[in-house]
Amino acid sequence: MKNLISLLVFLPTLVLAEVEYSGSAALEQRYFFQDALYPQQERANLSVYFAPELYTSFNDGNDSLLFKGFYRFDQQDDARTHGDIRELKWIHSGEEWEVQTGISKVFWGQTESLHLVDIINQTDDVESIDGEDKLGQPMVAFSLFKDWGNTTVFVLPYFRERTFSGDDGRLRAPLAVDTDNPIYESEDEEKNIDWAIRWQHTLGDWEVGLSYFDGTSREPDFVLTTNELLEPSLRPFYPQIQQAGIDVLALLGGWTIKFEGIHRNVMEQDFTAFVGGFEYSFVGLFDSAYDVNWLMEYQYDNREDLSNVVAQNDLMVGSRLVFNDIDGTEILIGMVQDLDYSNVRSGFIEASSRINDNWKWRFDAWMFSSDEPADPSYLLRRDDYIQLNLEYYF
Amino acid sequence: MSKYLLSSVTKIALVFTLMTYSLGCYAQSAQDQGLAIAKERKLRDMGWGDSTGDMSMILRNAQGDEVERKMRLKSLEITDDGDKGLTIFEQPLDVKGTVFLNFSHATKPDDQWMYLPKLSKVKRIRSRNKSGPFMGSEFAFEDMSSFEIEKYEFKVLRDETFEDQDSFVLEQVPTDKDSGYSKQIIWVDKKYYRALKIEFYDRKGSLLKTLVNYDFTLYLNKYWRALRVEMYNEQNGKSTELVTHQLDFNTGLTDRDFNKGTLKNVR
Repeated sequence: MKNLISLLVFLPTLVLAEVEYSGSAALEQRYFFQDALYPQQERANLSVYFAPELYTSFNDGNDSLLFKGFYRFDQQDDARTHGDIRELKWIHSGEEWEVQTGISKVFWGQTESLHLVDIINQTDDVESIDGEDKLGQPMVAFSLFKDWGNTTVFVLPYFRERTFSGDDGRLRAPLAVDTDNPIYESEDEEKNIDWAIRWQHTLGDWEVGLSYFDGTSREPDFVLTTNELLEPSLRPFYPQIQQAGIDVLALLGGWTIKFEGIHRNVMEQDFTAFVGGFEYSFVGLFDSAYDVNWLMEYQYDNREDLSNVVAQNDLMVGSRLVFNDIDGTEILIGMVQDLDYSNVRSGFIEASSRINDNWKWRFDAWMFSSDEPADPSYLLRRDDYIQLNLEYYF
Repeated sequence: MSKYLLSSVTKIALVFTLMTYSLGCYAQSAQDQGLAIAKERKLRDMGWGDSTGDMSMILRNAQGDEVERKMRLKSLEITDDGDKGLTIFEQPLDVKGTVFLNFSHATKPDDQWMYLPKLSKVKRIRSRNKSGPFMGSEFAFEDMSSFEIEKYEFKVLRDETFEDQDSFVLEQVPTDKDSGYSKQIIWVDKKYYRALKIEFYDRKGSLLKTLVNYDFTLYLNKYWRALRVEMYNEQNGKSTELVTHQLDFNTGLTDRDFNKGTLKNVR
C-alpha cells in the first residue's frame, strides 16, 4: 500500500518530466481613431489571450505528440471571445516518410502581402486583419521526403468555419455575419471529406511548390436573407471548389523574387488570381548592423464577382527595417494601393522588440482610406486603429 | 569505411609532401605553405561524422550588461561539400522552436532556411547576407559556416608563440566578394593544427573582431573542439561568448534529419 501511494505520488512527476510545457499569453489594447459606423461598437478594446503548448516524444523521437491550445477573452466582442485547439496531433516518422494524425496547421506559399496558395487551415479572422492566424484543421497527412522533393497528401474530414466579428466588434460589414447558420454546397455540410496534395522542392536558388485542393472553400460568399425572427441575416455560403496552385521563390543576386498563383473552379466558373513581386535587401546600411528590405508585390484577381475581393488589382509597397540588435527589433511599414480606384488604399505598421527573456512588446497600426462603395475595403473606412500588445512567453 | 580509408591515404600523402617540403624546398612560396597548412588543418578534422551540442551564447555590451541565448546545434559532415547544420533556438523564449537549417558550400553561397513556428512556415533566406549578425551577436552568419579550403586564399606570414604554443600565423583572404571581411589573420598551433585565435579585418582593412578559442577538448581521440569561444568586437567593445555545455559525436544523425520538410518536428 505504501508503495502504491509513493508510486501515485511520483507518477505525475515521472510523466511530467517527459512533457515540455511552454506557450505564451498577451494583453492587447486596441484604440480606434474614429467614431464607429454602427451604434454597438466602441472605440477602445482590451483583450487577452492564453496559448499553452505541450510536447512529448517517444520511440527514439520517431513518435511525438503536440498540443497547442488557444483562448482569447475580448472586452467588447463576444464573437472574438473564443477558444480553439490550434494543434493536437500525433506525428509518426519513418526513414523517408511521416504520418500526421489529428488537428494540425500547415502553411504553403512564399509571398508576403497575400497568401493565395495557403488553403488547408481556415482563417481565424477575428484575431487579426492580416489573416495570418489560423484555426486548427483535423487531418491525416502522409508525407514522403525524396531527392525529387517533398510530397504530402492530405485527407481533411471536417471543415472549420471562418470566424467573424460579432455585433459589438469593429472591422465588420453593416450586418454581422450569422456564423450560426452557414450554408454549404455539399450535402455533407461540414463533414464533406476534402483532400489535397502538395509537392515542394528546392532547385538550387529556386523554391518551387505545386498544390491541388478539392473540397469546401475556406473563403465564403455571403447570402442576405432573413432569419426566423424575419430580421435580415448575412449567412456565409461555403461552395465546393477545385483549386490548383503554384508558388515560387527565387534568389537572384540581391533580389528575392516571389510568386503565387491559383486557378479555382467554383460553382461552374473559373478564375485566376496571382500575387508576385520582389524583396531587395540592403545589408549593413551605412556601415551599421541595420538591414533594410524593400518589398513590392502586385495582386491580381479576375473573378467576375469582386464584391468580396480586396486584392483584385492592387500594389503593395513596403519596407522592413531589421535592427539586428539583442532585442530583435523589427519594423515593417507598408501600403497597399488599389489600381482600379485611386482613392482606395490602406497602410500598416508592425513593430516589435524584446523587453527581456520572457516579455516582448508589439505595436500595430492600420489605416484604411476608401471612398469607393464597390470595393470591400469601404466597410473598414472608419476602422483605423492602433494596437499595443504586451506578450509573455514561458 | 571507404571514406575513412580515402582520407587516411590522402593524409599520408599530404604529410609526406609536407615532410619533403620542410626537408629542403626553400623555394616554396608563402602561398603554397599557407595552403598546405590550411589543408592539413582541414584534413585533421575529417571523419568526425555527426555531432549534437547544447550551447549558450552570452552577449555582452561595452558596459558589461549580458544576455544569454540557448540553442542546440546538430551537425553532419559532408565529405565532398560543406557540412549541414541545424540550429534549434531555445532562448529567448519568443523564438523557441525556431530552427535554422544551413547547407554550407565550399564555393557557392550556402543554402539556408528558417522554420518559423508561429506561422508553421519554412522560409528560404538569402545567405548573401553572410556578413549580417547571427542572432544579434558579434558572430556573423559566415562565422557560423564550416571551414572549407575553397573559401579562402592563404598565405603564411610568420611563426609565433601564442599562449605557450608554437604556431603558424596565416593570412586568409575570403574568395567570396560578399564576405564582410577583407582578410583574417589566424594562429594555428603546430602540434594539432587547431585555430587558436582569429583576427577579422573589415572591408576597409581595419581590425574589426578578435576570436579566441579556449578549453580545447579531445573527442573520439582525434577531434579537438573549443568548448568556449570568445568573439570580441574591437570597434564597439561588445563581445559574444559561445559556451558548449554538452557535445556528443556519433549520435546517429543522417541526411534525412536535415530536411526542410521535417523542421517542424525538430526539438
